[in-house]
Order: sequence, then structure tokens, then C-alpha cells
Amino acid sequence: MLAAVFAMPATAETVAIVGGTVVTGNADAPIVGGTVIIDGGKIRGVGGSDVAVPAGARVIDAKGKWVTPGIFAGMSFIGAAEVNAVDDTNETRASKSPFSAAIDLSPGINSASSSIAVERLGGITRAAVTPIASREIFAGQGVVISLAKGLDTVTTRQAFQFVELGENGAETAGGSRPVAYLNFRNALREAIRYAANPGAYTEGRDRDALLTRMDVAALVPVVKGQQRLLVHVESAQDILNVLALRTEFENLKLVLVGVREGWRVAPQIAAARVPVIVQPMLDNPNSFEALASTRSNAGRLVAAGVNVALGILEQDASFQARNLTHYAGNLVAQAKVPGGVGLTWAQAMRTITSAPASIFGMSDTGFLGSAQRADVVVWDGDPLELTSAPTDIFIDGVAQPMTSRQTELRDRYLGLRLQDAPLAYRR
Amino acid sequence: MRNLTLAALLLTAACTTTPRPQANRPAPGSQEVLAIPADPFPSTYRAYPSVTTVIRNVNIYDGKGGKIIGGAVRLENGKVAEIGQTVATPANARIIEGQGKWLTPGIIDIHSHLGDYPAPGVQAHSDGNEATGPNRSEVWAEHSVWPQDPQFTRALAGGVTTLHVLPGSANLFGGRGVTLRNVLGRTAQDMKFPGAKPSLKMACGENPKRVYGSKGQSPATRMGNIAVARQVWSDAQSYKRRWEDYTRRAKAGSAKPTDAPRRELANDTLMGVLNGDILLQQHCYRADEMANIIAMSKEFGYKVTTFHHAVEAYKIADLMARENICGAVWADWWGFKMESYDGINENAAFLQAAGACTVIHSDDADGIQRLNQEAAKAAAAGRRAGIPLPPELVWQWVSLNPAKGLGIADQTGSLEPGKRADVVLWNGEPFSVYSRPEVVWIDGAVMYDSADPNKRPVTDFELGQPGKGDTK
Repeated sequence: MLAAVFAMPATAETVAIVGGTVVTGNADAPIVGGTVIIDGGKIRGVGGSDVAVPAGARVIDAKGKWVTPGIFAGMSFIGAAEVNAVDDTNETRASKSPFSAAIDLSPGINSASSSIAVERLGGITRAAVTPIASREIFAGQGVVISLAKGLDTVTTRQAFQFVELGENGAETAGGSRPVAYLNFRNALREAIRYAANPGAYTEGRDRDALLTRMDVAALVPVVKGQQRLLVHVESAQDILNVLALRTEFENLKLVLVGVREGWRVAPQIAAARVPVIVQPMLDNPNSFEALASTRSNAGRLVAAGVNVALGILEQDASFQARNLTHYAGNLVAQAKVPGGVGLTWAQAMRTITSAPASIFGMSDTGFLGSAQRADVVVWDGDPLELTSAPTDIFIDGVAQPMTSRQTELRDRYLGLRLQDAPLAYRR
Repeated sequence: MRNLTLAALLLTAACTTTPRPQANRPAPGSQEVLAIPADPFPSTYRAYPSVTTVIRNVNIYDGKGGKIIGGAVRLENGKVAEIGQTVATPANARIIEGQGKWLTPGIIDIHSHLGDYPAPGVQAHSDGNEATGPNRSEVWAEHSVWPQDPQFTRALAGGVTTLHVLPGSANLFGGRGVTLRNVLGRTAQDMKFPGAKPSLKMACGENPKRVYGSKGQSPATRMGNIAVARQVWSDAQSYKRRWEDYTRRAKAGSAKPTDAPRRELANDTLMGVLNGDILLQQHCYRADEMANIIAMSKEFGYKVTTFHHAVEAYKIADLMARENICGAVWADWWGFKMESYDGINENAAFLQAAGACTVIHSDDADGIQRLNQEAAKAAAAGRRAGIPLPPELVWQWVSLNPAKGLGIADQTGSLEPGKRADVVLWNGEPFSVYSRPEVVWIDGAVMYDSADPNKRPVTDFELGQPGKGDTK
């Protein structure tokens, strides 16, 4: 067992995955009997059986299997919480901190978190991870992570700022949406003022400022449009209000998160060229801002031309990143329900690969193409189907272990062979 | 003797909805014998009209482990009348051609909070946990059920025909659970499954000790959980003995009505469990704690029907099989709290392999819509671990097994002649992510039809709201 771990190639190798159904993630038709070449951490070839297998390459026979880009979770909490309800292990909230926008989640990502391997076994290779707002409407800055085994988990620091402007924002801001918007506008105006004269903040804050210097400095790239701003809103009305913020702050690089009533204003979202990250299964009217929830939301948004990615938006076991493939599959099913609007299979695949990669500005992953990062998953069946699972996972060209804390528990109890020593002596 | 009285009343409840006497009228000259009413909130459910229907050339999972390819089922008078490769087709029957489609028994969720935690989930709707004392056996989940909860309709569109609504797990003794037909009514009583036994929800582990420990009261530890629960059971035994003693003396003419013990509603519920009239549904995550619970149940002489959540059931699957206790589990929930840290995807499969009664439950207003998918995931994980799990066997996890756990397996949970016609027609193989229910029958009545917007229920709450009547 230990030998096997050490035998794992720690660096990228040359691999040829041959004979599988290759899905590039770019919404073109799958290549049956396709070949994917991996070398030096990059994809060096994608195509049919005519693609040459380099000499010395490890060949993976993918006959009867599917080959896809690694799944990119458009939002998640992977690596940021080991046990959600155990505060000592949960880095997503900081309700006792005086800081908000300045919070950078990077040091909170635990490369040893067991959630990384567990989610990886669902085919996830990259994920956006966000802090959660607690005292202010600004939650802080999230990251994009790699789910590769090892210590190099954070791929992109400060990938985005996250702000609450719906019901959560109203509550956090002091009790109403008007106050949330006031907080937001005040914070961004302070950022503009700070950018013009940082010296005014030498005593920690400007004389009439509400934000700490660190927080206001963190909002400068947001107001300048240099850092994307993820805005959590759900209702159609809130979505329009957020889009209207660009009349005052014209450079905002907006991404809408949640948007359960997005379908009601899909043309406006599309016209604003604002991408969205949705949790597509939610169809109950759980709150007064989400009365029109439906599993047709993603389909209607895509039909209107919106760039839609899927993500996990709440820290709740009922939805897990490793099931994003299934949520995408459900969107295909939604197209078959009379009156429902869903996605084609290729569109559905895109919402969990190239769409999230594009939203987070990672043009080098999310689809299988030459010179792309070799984030590649081989599946034992249709990757969106409930019964399928990865058989091989590559991240940056490195073959990943197909084990987790959960598979070790499984193997210990498989068959319950209670023999001559306690189970704790078996590993 | 009180047992007999209660049993008689329960039988009455199953046959009629007329008010029943609160006490046995004495013969002239003898003393009145007071008894505890078995069902003061009786079901007013009635099946909706149905037509004789034959679904034919359809693939079938019968819910009791069988599969028929290209078979047929006849629904008649609200019951399953016939199932086989072919069935008799009366001239007046509605005929549904089922090529490429699948037919299953309706899904039964043994663990739900619909109605008690309705949508929208505002504080004013938070009616699932009477977190004011560790023993709240006197509360009944049905008295919190809001029959206008839109979540019932989403579950229906997911093929759920019966669900068991439980109080939450803040308390060691959360109160009574109720089994509902998933047919919207004006009252919770309109939805009650006629004759289904109530349950008592108990919880072990983190929740009760956290809720009360944080208030500086007992239980604050796992050992406190067991100690408090044992005292409650011991007191319930005393209560039971007082009633038995009174009843014996009253029947003999030596006790007056004023000698009857004071009704204690919490103890009524607990006594019902001790007498076997109320099923015990036990929330518990860890293997070692489930073993403690089993030992406690033996000390006080009651039966645990089902362990709910049972994230570590796979560690004691043999014990659960031996004790004939069902395990109602999620497919893959884990890590959200410490006691769920050891969750594995093969949990259900390991239970099945050990011969234990295996159930997939939701405990969730979203998960309840896709219990077929949860079962599919759990089974796939088991198969990869080498456990043979044919799909027709796995369907039992969401139909016949939860029916067993609720004591209603004689009425529903499988497609067998004489059982309630609780049936789902799927537009594809129901363990596929690409399949959805097309028609849902409850007692033979079409309660959902994906092709007919008029068969897509809209609750009062949704009227006049955006999204009303949309495909959800």
C-alpha cells in the first residue's frame, strides 16, 4: 500500500488515452474512438485514432469509456472546511473579524482536507471556492483551486470578490435592501477616494469612512474592473437592480450568483453580457426572493444567450460538487418534461467545464485542446449518468490517486471480516 | 386490558372516520372505565376518483424485487388489480401504451419535514423542532403540517406518493411523526394515511447534547443523552403500570373515574411505543451510539423500527440485520458535522449485503424529489465495491422497505394485487439521470401528469405569485 503511494508519479508523465469517447467540452460532437495525448502537464493532442501516440507514452485503453475535461465546480467550499459544523475546521466564515472585503481565502485552503480527494473522485479537478459573508455584505476574496494531491492547491488567489445584495445582504447590512445598496455604494465610493488619496487612510480609516483601510484597498480592483465581482442575488428585481449598478460604477466586472429567478429577466442578463453561476436543482419557493424557482432556469438562461455555469452555493450536504455531473444530467432530463426547458447534453457538459473556466478567466482549462492544462478525466460510462465514475483522473498532467479517506473506510468494512484483531489493525 | 381497548380503537380507526367514544360506556351498575383515545385527530383522507387503467408494453420494477420487461398492470377501484406479462383489459379501461417507459410503485420517503418546515422557509414557518426540552414526546408533527406547503407538489412530481413527516432532532424525544398521502388537502388530517401507526422520533448524538448543553442543562454529553433518555423510559414504564393497574381495577369495579391516572401527553406517546402501537424512528449517526440505543431499547422493552441517517450503519450492518432494524440512509451525505465524518457512498449497499432492511431517505425538500437518483448513486457505489445489486432489488429501497419501516407494507410499497394503486410511470429507466415521472397515481387517481398542466397542483401560497403553475 505504501509502496503504491510512493510509486505514484509525482510529476507529469506522457500519457496516451486511446479508444474512448472524447468530449472536448466545447460543445462539439464527441469523438468516438478518440485519442488524447498528455505530456509535460499539457494536452498535446486531441482527435481521432489518427493522432500519433508518442514513443514511450503510457497508454490508457479507454475503449468503452468516456474522456472529458476535468469538471470545474463554478462554486464550492472544497478545501475550506473539513467538517462544516466544526468551527475549528471551517475557514469560510469569520463573524468575529472586523474585516470583510480584504479577507483573502487563500490561507484558509487546506491542501490536506479530505474533501479534496472525495470531490476529486467525482471528477472535479478545479473549483472556485468562496468565503461566506458574515458581518458585512462583502464576503471577501475567493480562490480557484486545483484538486490535485499535494500542497499546491491554490491555483488563483484573489480570483474574485463576493458580495451579498439580496435577502442575505439586506440582513447583513442592517435589515433592508436599501441599506445593503447604500453600504455597497458607500464602499465603492470610498475605494475610489482611497485610490485617489491613500494617505487619507493613514489612521486606519478616513475620517468619515466606514471601512477599514485594508477593506477599502481591496475594493479598488473591484471598482476599476480589475477583479471580478460575484454578486449573490436571487429575485428578478434584485438582478435588475444589480445590473443597474453599472450606471454608477461602469467598470464592474459582474458575475451573478444564485439568480433563481434569472429566467424572468434572461434577456436583460444576456444583454448586459453578465455570466451567471447557478445551483440548477432548486425549484422550491424557499424564500420570497426565489418564488419563481424552477429547474428550467438554466435552460432558459442558456437559450437567451447567457453564459451559465453550475456551482454549489450553500454549505449543505444535500448538494455536493461531486454531483455536479448529475445536476447537469438533470438539465438534459428537464428538456424532455413538457413545458420544461433544459439543455442539450453538450450544453450541459459545458456548464461544468468550459463555462466556469471562462467565467473565472482560466482560458487554459475547461476543454480538451492543444496546449491546455491536462485536466482530464476518464469515466467508466456517460459522465452525466448517476452510475458512472472516473477510472483515471489527471490534473496538470499528473495521474491522481483514486482513493480517499472514504475508500479506505469502505475497504476496511467491506464484507465485515471480523477476524483475530480489531478492525483498527487493518489498513 | 388497556392494550385491548387501544387495539380495538386502532382497528376502529382503520375502518371508519366517525368519532369514537372517549371512554367505554359502563354496563348499568358498574364503573365507567376511562381509556386514552387512540386517534383523536383521525384521518379524513379520501381517495380521488379513478378510472380502470391498463398500462401495457411497459417495463416494470414491481418494488418487491421483481422485474418485468414489456409487461402490464391494471389499476382498478384504486387498487392494483393485476400485474404480469399481460393483464385482462376491460372494455372501459383507459389504456396507456408504455413502450420505452417504466412503471414502479410510488416512492415512499420515510424521513421528511415537508409541511413542518415549509417553503418559504421564513422564521414564522419554522415548526419542526419544539426545542424547549429534551423530552417533547407530547408534540405531534402533524400539528405543524401546513398543507399549503408547495414542497409537497415538487415531491409529487418526483414520484413520491407517501411520506413520513417527523419532528426535528433537537430533542432526545422529538415527538410523534405522521405518515401522509402526498395528496394536498385543506387540513393535515386530509392527508393522513388512514390507519398508519404514528411514530416517535428520537435523536441521539450531537444535536440534543448541543441544544441543551448550550443552555447549561442536561443532556450536555453523549452519556447525558443516554441517561436522560433512560430516566424518561423508566418514568414511562411507571405511567404504563399506573394505567394498567387503574384499568384492571376499573374493570373489576373497584376504581372510580376519579381514580384514573392524570393524562400525561408525553407519556401517552411513550406508553404507545412500549405497547407497540407507536413505531420508534431513531435518528442516529454513529455505529457505537446505535449499539447503545439498541441496548437501551432492550432494557425498556421496546423496538427500534428504523435508524435514520445511520451514516455509520455500514460498520454494524450485521447487528442491524440481526436486530431486524431498518437503516434509512442518504446516498452520499457526509462531513457536514462531526458525526457524519465517516460517511461512505457504499453505506446502503453494505446494509443490503448484510441482509438488513435498507432504505434511502431524504430528510430534505430537494432530495425528496429525486430519491430514485439517490438510490441509483448508492447502488452504483455498491456495485463498484463488488456487491451485486440488480436494479429491481434496489427499487425496494425507496418503496417496500420504507413501507416496512412505517408499518404500511401491507397496503403500499409494491405492485401487488389488492394494494393501493400508488404507481409512477417514468419516461425512461427510473435509475437514469435522464428519466422523470410522467404520470403519478395515488390510490388509482391521477394526481400528476407531466403532459397536463391541470394535473400539476398549485398550492394556495403560489397563487398570484411569479412562476405559478410553471414546470418546476
